[in-house]
Amino acid sequence: MKALWAALRKDLLLQWRTRAQAAAVYAFGASALLLFSFAVGPQAALLREQAAGFLWLGLMLSSTLTLAESFQAEAEQRALEGLLLLPASPRALYYAKALANTAALFLLGAGLLPMMVILYDAATPRVPPLLGIVLLGSAGLSAPGTLYAAMTSQARARQTLLPLLLFPLVVPVLLASVKATSLIIHGDPMGQLGSWTLLLTCFNVIHWSLCGLLFERVVED
Amino acid sequence: MAHGKRPHYYVALGVLLLLWGSTWGLFFAPAETYMGDVQRIMYVHVATAWNAMLALTFAFVCAVMALWSANTRWDSRLEASIETGVVLSALLCMQGAIWAKPTWGVWWDWDPRLTTTAVLVFAFGGILALRQFVDDPVKRATWSAVAAVIASADVPIVYFSVRWWNSLHQLQSSPETVSRAFHWPLRINALGILFLMIGLISLRTRVAALRREAEQAPPLPVAVPHGASLAQGARS
Repeated sequence: MKALWAALRKDLLLQWRTRAQAAAVYAFGASALLLFSFAVGPQAALLREQAAGFLWLGLMLSSTLTLAESFQAEAEQRALEGLLLLPASPRALYYAKALANTAALFLLGAGLLPMMVILYDAATPRVPPLLGIVLLGSAGLSAPGTLYAAMTSQARARQTLLPLLLFPLVVPVLLASVKATSLIIHGDPMGQLGSWTLLLTCFNVIHWSLCGLLFERVVED
Repeated sequence: MAHGKRPHYYVALGVLLLLWGSTWGLFFAPAETYMGDVQRIMYVHVATAWNAMLALTFAFVCAVMALWSANTRWDSRLEASIETGVVLSALLCMQGAIWAKPTWGVWWDWDPRLTTTAVLVFAFGGILALRQFVDDPVKRATWSAVAAVIASADVPIVYFSVRWWNSLHQLQSSPETVSRAFHWPLRINALGILFLMIGLISLRTRVAALRREAEQAPPLPVAVPHGASLAQGARS
């Protein structure tokens, strides 16, 4: 647990020191939201209806930039090998990195919410549940994303490989997050929000456990 | 892994059975009451679906074994089964689209099984791409096994999420859900594709193992021109 906190502190510090890059990723996400509206046209009702989908597509596309860079510091000058020599379990290193990535993606998602409200007129007074879904969705993207980022940071063509591996895997996260966000914005007369939140939670439980178990094998060999 | 000519025999037997079953299904089996001749694609579509799932299940077994044992043969089997599974799943999507257009009126529908199969093609296709970009054979074996385990664990979640989202597909076809008149062509084709799949996986396993051996082999000596000294040859 002590190792996890130390590694988390290191990863959060790394994120803070590269905040200029986080700002660039935010600008990318915001410009993606702007561009999506051109695909639909200036129809306010249609844009409002599709707002949740655009928000999560924007966040998913931006997440690959954040995730791909998350192991950059460790890939340089064989820093990962140095970390593995420390008396800390590789699992602690994985969970610290995945938590730091979740925090970064949550902040990115929360930052994109006002853009969604302004561009698509998709305001809602139910902010806490919306932030809860953004947190669960960010965790869902981060768990497999961190593991794949550890692999692709050591492979050729990592910017292409990461989305290629990650996107098919996170289809349930995208579906559940879009549905849940849409239900929060447009109302939930059939009480479906609980089911989609449960699906997101199940995805998170499975992937956080499985990826934590397998991370050791990815960095050991 | 099968040695010698055995995989070729499996492929030949598979092709023969497939030709027999398809000829029976196309020309001798009765037409279905509501769908007419369109239904005849079921003889390859359903058989492809069963075998595609079998190949990808075998890929999961190979991935677990590759992580558990140090035998590199499991990595070759993993590569072969993923490749065969991806090809069969892609064929399955194409056959489904051909059947869907006259039946549902659209080439594609966001039905759970259709969408899950498409997701499988991309998920396992991504693993094949990963293999191309990793030079170290040990890392390549471990990473592709890890990715295959995660992709396999994701399949039920993808299926249920898409099922909650939308559903149109009819119930799964099996010899119990179709009329007796359609049983034999379906069974023969399923066996044909099974033998074809076993043959292709065996052949691809052999190719993957040979490629790995070639990667790990020491570099070939530099050719020394006739009459030149060894020192000159080494310099050249």
